[in-house]
Amino acid sequence: MIEVLSASRCIQCNQCVAVCPTNVFERIEDDVPVIARQSDCQTCFMCELYCPVDALYVAPEPEEVIGVTEEQLQQQGLIGGYREKVGWGKGRTPVAAHDYMYRLSLFAKF
Amino acid sequence: MANSLVLGDIQLKADVLVIGGGPAGTWAAITAASKGAKVILADKGYCGSSGATAPSGTGVWYVKPDARLRDEAKASRYEMGGRLAEHRWMDRVLDRTFANMNWLGEVGYPFPRDDQGELYKKGLQGPEYMRLMRKLVKKAGVKIMDHSPVLELLVDEHGVGGASGVHIQTNEKWTVQAGAVVIATGGCAFLSKALGCNVLTGDGYLLAAETGAELSGMEFSNAYAISPTFSSVTKTAYYSYANFYYEDGTPVEGAGSKRGRSIIARKLLEGRQVYAKLDQAPQDIQQLLRINQTNFFLPFDRKGINPFTDLFPVTLRLEGTVRGTGGIRIVDESCATSVPGLYAAGDAATRELICGGFTGGGSHNAAWAMSSGSFAGEGAAAYVKKLGPHAAERTLRSASSAQHATAIDQTGGLSTANKTEEIIHAVQDEVAPYDKNLFRSAGNLQASLQRLDELWKEQRNRAVIEPSSLGMKSREAMAMTATARWMYNSALARTETRGMHKREDYKSLDENQHYRLVSGGLDHIWVKPEAVQEQALVKEGEAV
Repeated sequence: MIEVLSASRCIQCNQCVAVCPTNVFERIEDDVPVIARQSDCQTCFMCELYCPVDALYVAPEPEEVIGVTEEQLQQQGLIGGYREKVGWGKGRTPVAAHDYMYRLSLFAKF
Repeated sequence: MANSLVLGDIQLKADVLVIGGGPAGTWAAITAASKGAKVILADKGYCGSSGATAPSGTGVWYVKPDARLRDEAKASRYEMGGRLAEHRWMDRVLDRTFANMNWLGEVGYPFPRDDQGELYKKGLQGPEYMRLMRKLVKKAGVKIMDHSPVLELLVDEHGVGGASGVHIQTNEKWTVQAGAVVIATGGCAFLSKALGCNVLTGDGYLLAAETGAELSGMEFSNAYAISPTFSSVTKTAYYSYANFYYEDGTPVEGAGSKRGRSIIARKLLEGRQVYAKLDQAPQDIQQLLRINQTNFFLPFDRKGINPFTDLFPVTLRLEGTVRGTGGIRIVDESCATSVPGLYAAGDAATRELICGGFTGGGSHNAAWAMSSGSFAGEGAAAYVKKLGPHAAERTLRSASSAQHATAIDQTGGLSTANKTEEIIHAVQDEVAPYDKNLFRSAGNLQASLQRLDELWKEQRNRAVIEPSSLGMKSREAMAMTATARWMYNSALARTETRGMHKREDYKSLDENQHYRLVSGGLDHIWVKPEAVQEQALVKEGEAV
């Protein structure tokens, strides 16, 4: 479930408000958006991918609020990790183009 | 109020309205636009992130037009699907998928290359794919309406002529008059939080049935995916590398990701937690697996678990008809329904035509979405061209089975929300438990239906759909209730075990039931058999 929206990182682009398929965020005039409907979050991680400044963190647990803080995430280096792995963001190559997509098919059991 | 159309704040006209902005909807929109139609696409979430495909990686049923390869591909699920698929449909879906995937490569999808330097096109990464599809939809001149659930279809004596809904971020009520409507709203996973599935609540089934369209194969609706208990990520394929254990590390006899899934379900039913470990994955492919499904590993990485070496608790998450195969019945090659002007594509439509009663999960559903989306887009555009010049002046009424309020009720919000929540939980109590849905029996099905019928009646008598996100949720609750009733009535009628439909009281396949089950109705649900077309030749149109 979405846990953290970092006010210090957020640039108020409101991309998360636009892209969340279950309308979890709410735009606030002249301020950062808020997580307005947390329990509607379906834990799909899409908001993290679309956030240009890695200001969002979705915890794996879909049914319960864990209560993780931005400081804890910073320490563990967990914020922004998914977008990096998917290869979105300036100067990155999308993982979709990765040679391993093909390579796995030579071995895959499924 | 019911059946009288109140126009909203936003009134638009289009040739084709596409409902749903996942793979099927976006392909339908692009294809209809390429045939010259003016197209509007409405998604209740966001076209690009909505649905089961966007957050995930998926295989695609992409098979080169080589006779031997195609025969093998067609045979792969034919028997497991209880021989309910049709060869001509498999052929045309394979053809269209091949053409569409090649086109995707041309318009910028970053396919990797194989050892021969050719583009490798047997898979798609959801985020990349759906971001590109949104771009292509816009480029095709289609107007996209995000956060815009349809609350009712509009009809007259000639058939479907548009839809009306609300923009849930502004609460503006909108109406689109359209010559044809394509339903591409996905399947129904009953808000189980399976990855990307919480927007998939059977909305399109209800919309279609309200106009008199039928469903098919709703007994093939009990797909469950393996997922860690602490995660929404459902990627059952990866569990082919898993062994399953009890907490103390002793193996669970017979458990597996495919046929052994029932064993896992039975252990969970006994109250025994089952654990998995991907210890069958050799070291040298672990990194390949990581790259192929970045989202699969995300929850593990965030929890500090190494799934190749550590035990982690698993559960089975309901994916309903998303990975089942039941859906709206289509009556011809253009993915038309039996109601003029209404088309269905993707998981909203039945996928029995290409995988029978076996799961459509993964590559087949992906192929079906892009093929049926294209077929429906072409079909809808051609239908609109045939309509007369007076088509834009039709007098339409609501087809909804609910009462619709014209404004937001300022006072009843909380009680409406609580009531909807209550109904949703009551429906989930009937469809989620493995001993009701995965392992079916007449007694349990009948008992569930009694409760579901009551829930339906209650909503019919009391629910007032207001133009807001609360109204959307009330409609979702209705759709899930109706879906569960088509599912269980169909499941009750199929007194055998075929495909994913498992009857505890009829454990084997019955040759005399080699037919599809068509269902429909709202207050009174009916089910009847329909013959499987064994053969027929079909002319294939060109791709976009």
